[in-house]
Amino acid sequence: MRFLKSFGQFWYDFVIGDDWKIAVAVVLALAVLLAVLSLGLFGDATLAVVGGVLLVGAFSVSLAIDVRPTKS
Amino acid sequence: MDAATWGLITATFVACFVEMVEATTIVMAMGYTRSWRSALTGVAAALAVLAVVTSIAGYALGRWFPEAALQLVIGGLLLIFGLQWLRKAILRSSGRKAVHDEDAIYREEVEAAKSAGHSAGRLDMFSFMVSFKGVFLEGMEVVFIVITFGLNADNVPAASVGAAAAVVIVLGIAFAVRRPLSMIDENLLKYGVGLLLASFGTYWAVEGIGIFRAGQESLEWPGHDVAIVGLLMVWFLLSRVFVSALRTPRTSTPALAGPFEENVR
Repeated sequence: MRFLKSFGQFWYDFVIGDDWKIAVAVVLALAVLLAVLSLGLFGDATLAVVGGVLLVGAFSVSLAIDVRPTKS
Repeated sequence: MDAATWGLITATFVACFVEMVEATTIVMAMGYTRSWRSALTGVAAALAVLAVVTSIAGYALGRWFPEAALQLVIGGLLLIFGLQWLRKAILRSSGRKAVHDEDAIYREEVEAAKSAGHSAGRLDMFSFMVSFKGVFLEGMEVVFIVITFGLNADNVPAASVGAAAAVVIVLGIAFAVRRPLSMIDENLLKYGVGLLLASFGTYWAVEGIGIFRAGQESLEWPGHDVAIVGLLMVWFLLSRVFVSALRTPRTSTPALAGPFEENVR
């Protein structure tokens, strides 16, 4: 059990790292891109640009959450 | 050799260089304060395990995954790694996070090594385990970068050359100066690697979304590979905007303690 916990913790630290919001941002951006793709309205070039914009936006939001002023 | 191959070698070289500097600091601390024999045995064991992991992962990823799925998984993971590095670089450049300091890390490792008890056997288990863990953890990121960049560019040997060159150069410098490699601007290198990983990750992850459409063909970026340069510029500009917007007033102590302070790897 302890081994499994350590094993899971290692992979969590390795993949997710010290800020889970980044991983969530990437997954959400790609999920939205998938939804746009499924509409079937756009060509490859548009989808690729939309994907890039989504990822840049998602990262910006995650960083903005990270540095928002905290109430003291 | 074409520009793409040079780009591949450069990317893996810089990424591996940064990780090697961190691993070398840990091993030197163990070697100088406790036992070189045990520390180097830990290094050898970690390299052996990494070699096995590389072989298995490289074979499995290259054989079993369709191209678009590979791009999506690898691109997504590279993106997460790259954006983590970029986030740290932005926070460090804007003064909201302590700058990575190899000298400080070396001192911490030395203190830990001195305070740990000695084991009875011929092998000093503390030196062995700390060196093993340091090399294995830093090496895993290198292995991942080499495999992913190599497979996507269909040139694993070129990616390996970049990583191997970094290993040789870092070890050469460490052997020559015999002290922590704090003269290397690791934060700047990490910033660069973060930008590279974020750009390649964005490119591949978006391409890989094509796995979900009929035919499972990758999406095509406008301009194909040239789009990576555009992505690099976008991530760089965004990071500079964030650094400017988040910059805090300089204080006499660069390592800030406060709400944003974290344990630095």
